[in-house]
Amino acid sequence: MATSTPAPKVNHIGLPVLEYRGGKSTLCAGCGHNAISERIIDAMYEMGVEPERVMKMSGIGCSSKSPAYFMSRSHSFNSVHGRMPSVSTGAILANHTMTMLGVSGDGDTASIGMGQFVHLLRRNLPMIYIIEDNGVYGLTKGQFSATADIGSKLKTGIVNDLPAIDTCSLAIQLGATFVGRSFSGDKKQLLAMLKAAIAHKGTVMLDVISPCVTFNDHEGSTKSYKFMQEHDEPINELGFVASFEDIHVDYDPGTTYDVEMHDGSSLRLRKLREDYDPTDKIKAVQLLMDSHAKGEVLTGVFYIDTQKSSFTDLLNLVDEPLGQQPESVTRPSKAVLDQLMTSLQ
Amino acid sequence: MATGDLVLGQEQGQSSAQQRVVNDFSINVATVNGSGSQSANSVLLKSIFGMGVPVSGKNLFPSNIAGLPTWYTIRASKDGYVARKRVSEVLVAMNPETAKSDILALPAGAVAIYDESLNLKQYRDDVVCYPVPFDKITAAVCPEAKLRKLVRNMVYVGVVAQLLSLDLTVIEQSVKKQFAKKQKVFDLNYGAVKAGFDFAQEKLVKQDPYAIEHMNQTAGKIIIDGNAACGMGAVFAGVTVVAWYPITPSTSLIEATSDLLKKFRVTPEGKATFAVIQAEDELAAVGMVLGAGWAGARSMTSTSGPGISLMAEFAGLGYFAEIPGVIFDVQRTGPSTGMPTRTSQADLLSTAFLSHGDTKHIILLPGSVKECFELSHDAFDLAERIQTPIFVLTDLDLGMNNWMSEQFDYPETPLDRGKILTAEDLNKLGSFARYKDVDGDAIGWRTLPGTRHNKAAYFTRGSGHNESAGYTEKPEEYLAVMDRLSRKFENARKLVPAPILERNVGSKVGVIAFGTTDFALKESLDEIKKRYNVDVDYLRIRAYPFAHEIHDFVASHERVYIVEQNRDAQLLSLLKLDLPAEQAVKLRSILHYNGLPIDALSITEEFATREGL
Ligand SMILES: Cc1ncc(C[n+]2csc(CCOP(=O)(O)OP(=O)(O)O)c2C)c(N)n1
Ligand code: SF4
Ligand SMILES: [Mg+2]
Repeated sequence: MATSTPAPKVNHIGLPVLEYRGGKSTLCAGCGHNAISERIIDAMYEMGVEPERVMKMSGIGCSSKSPAYFMSRSHSFNSVHGRMPSVSTGAILANHTMTMLGVSGDGDTASIGMGQFVHLLRRNLPMIYIIEDNGVYGLTKGQFSATADIGSKLKTGIVNDLPAIDTCSLAIQLGATFVGRSFSGDKKQLLAMLKAAIAHKGTVMLDVISPCVTFNDHEGSTKSYKFMQEHDEPINELGFVASFEDIHVDYDPGTTYDVEMHDGSSLRLRKLREDYDPTDKIKAVQLLMDSHAKGEVLTGVFYIDTQKSSFTDLLNLVDEPLGQQPESVTRPSKAVLDQLMTSLQ
Repeated sequence: MATGDLVLGQEQGQSSAQQRVVNDFSINVATVNGSGSQSANSVLLKSIFGMGVPVSGKNLFPSNIAGLPTWYTIRASKDGYVARKRVSEVLVAMNPETAKSDILALPAGAVAIYDESLNLKQYRDDVVCYPVPFDKITAAVCPEAKLRKLVRNMVYVGVVAQLLSLDLTVIEQSVKKQFAKKQKVFDLNYGAVKAGFDFAQEKLVKQDPYAIEHMNQTAGKIIIDGNAACGMGAVFAGVTVVAWYPITPSTSLIEATSDLLKKFRVTPEGKATFAVIQAEDELAAVGMVLGAGWAGARSMTSTSGPGISLMAEFAGLGYFAEIPGVIFDVQRTGPSTGMPTRTSQADLLSTAFLSHGDTKHIILLPGSVKECFELSHDAFDLAERIQTPIFVLTDLDLGMNNWMSEQFDYPETPLDRGKILTAEDLNKLGSFARYKDVDGDAIGWRTLPGTRHNKAAYFTRGSGHNESAGYTEKPEEYLAVMDRLSRKFENARKLVPAPILERNVGSKVGVIAFGTTDFALKESLDEIKKRYNVDVDYLRIRAYPFAHEIHDFVASHERVYIVEQNRDAQLLSLLKLDLPAEQAVKLRSILHYNGLPIDALSITEEFATREGL
């Protein structure tokens, strides 16, 4: 007698995790970027996001290749170096009903792409913007990027003598409404952060330290697995409860911040430090600067604002995607042209 | 009674008075940038138009906000010529700084109207001079001192109107239209016109031969600038996402588009069905265009040379990943910043091949405001049909100046949204390969993000890809895509606007031109015929890649002059690349590239010299 194989586990929209997978990764074994792809798969699966409702965006770099390695059922746009923000802006304007997730690198974002990056933040464009941050240009064989810490050393012995750009402080200052840092090796924290990111509407800027095993995982690097294991300083513990989960959360205002997310989910941030306040921009930036001076790598959600309007809200758009408006809406009538012609006579 | 300072010899004066020059001369108003003379010039232009006389206006302005010399030329032409003329016959010298050189530039027998304090008659005794006490007249009709600078301009409108016998009731209508419903503003301005008119009537004696008389050549016609016409074309093509970065002379194209969208693309609930984004630079602007085009919205940007240069990398992505989008380039002079407020046709070559690595683009080349409307509209259909960025090249002359035109026709065909597969299509097909040539026209089918089908997604990239949009470095897969792109471009010859045989007389010598060169060239060919009794065939190109008619035209002529407004003979170079060697040797160049719009006489003279006429 044949026994039926057990039905695969499915998420709340009935899809197995397999449906969130992508092509086989061509990145180096052990590359932090691969671990992040895995967490994206988990988060999208657990959140029950319909893959067809996601647009995956990227620039150029090892990190920017990674959208090919998760969620094959989502449309993807691997653009040009440093220009993911503008392409993403256009795409979300054409269809603001989509969830958009972008993967960039520290080079792609903080050097060539800095101009577009800051304007994306300023617009609070509704998207999840992940920097897979390894402190180097992986794809061009390991030159320093602008997030490399002062004093960190390349394999060749070259020492970085320029200060690092802190993309998190920048993002908080310029208008992103969900800003956090994590580490590709911290499954639990990264997964919770990504799930909360999916629930947020506005720019989610996540700087995820993602060691480059080939060019920046040695002694003297501040973006290595070892360095992170020693210096990772979580400032909060994330508890995320999705809107469809029936879990009651207790609230203790002394030790936790509870944030009600746009989709009805809740994010609980349990303080691990006294000076932490994720609703205060100035405190958040100060905390980042102080800890950086002390050589700590703070991780966690630094700042969150669920009230501010996103870019597409500000544009006061119709509910349906702009790109799918029928001709009767997009092309004015003959009467309109006649009226214009009369006014020009 | 003032004598009008006539210092012409009696004989000369008589002869010019005998040969009245009616509806065939140019008025040049010399003012200072920022002095608010636009309304006055517009009233003059529209009044001549209102009298049924073909007219065109050109603003020659500096790259500056206020204080530098500006000239506005109005050409009345009973024959309908609208190109720039090298000289003007009537000068209104309102700028003390340039007044001397302005009057020195006049031909003998011309007219100068100027503020009496300038005393310009000292420089020319062969020009009819009309000094006018502008300040005195203005003060009398405009008690408010701070408005006088503006109102003063309306006084010259009145003086010119009286001297050239413009119809005062038509002027009144134009002033009314100019100031819409603001009665007080109208009263003030029309009062100034009247004051100027009355002064001229009482104090000046007409000594020159120039006059405007009623005709019926403008009935039903419109006046519009090319940028507004392009914007209108885009709006009637259903443009939905507009991203841009300010640059002269392109900005007003976006402003026109945006104004129309705000009027006609807002739902009764007040929601927008469009988005206009001022981007951080042109790289971002074109990136947004491609993002939106990819996700299914009709999108556009508009720029000029420096912006086009910045868009190069993205242009290649659009070409290779096959993403629709429309990019307007209102050309100004280069290289580099060049002369931002002067015109040229010098972006043709760089745009045709914009970006590295075997990239080529489809370019549309409107030659009138009507074509600005039509080709802008067509650009959106072509972009989605052919799945590629479409460039629309106009220039400052066409874009920022006022042109008379037939009315624009409402587009006859529904929007062509190109090859898009829906979820239902995919249900039937089972799957699709984004870059596969299933129809034999070298154009694949695409899906839009958000299509609810598990086989809808594909991976868009500017890196090497195969038919199914998968990453590849395999020689044969790369070749297949590149060769299909080549075929697609070849096919586009038949899809883009065909050239127009503007003059077909069966001559051995032919001429080819595009864009604004047309205005001067048509006039020049009439002139050549009149002067030398030589008639010449003329083909006007409206798009790249070149339609086969262009090859035929060259093949059927012994010599073909390519007339264009750039230094490096860019259209000729593009044609050379396209034509067989034995045809390419027939091409000759007539070039104009000093920043001013090309004029008929320059072409005529050059052609006559080259042809030994
Ligand atoms: C305009 C341009 N300049 C340079 C390059 C070469 N390039 C490719 S990836 C890259 C750096 C990527 O670094 P990062 O974004 O940190 O990604 P990683 O590979 O480290 O994940 C560079 C400089 C390019 N593709 N385009
Ligand atoms: S080079 Fe570095 S960043 Fe690139 S795939 Fe390898 S480990 Fe990852
Ligand atoms: Mg990197």
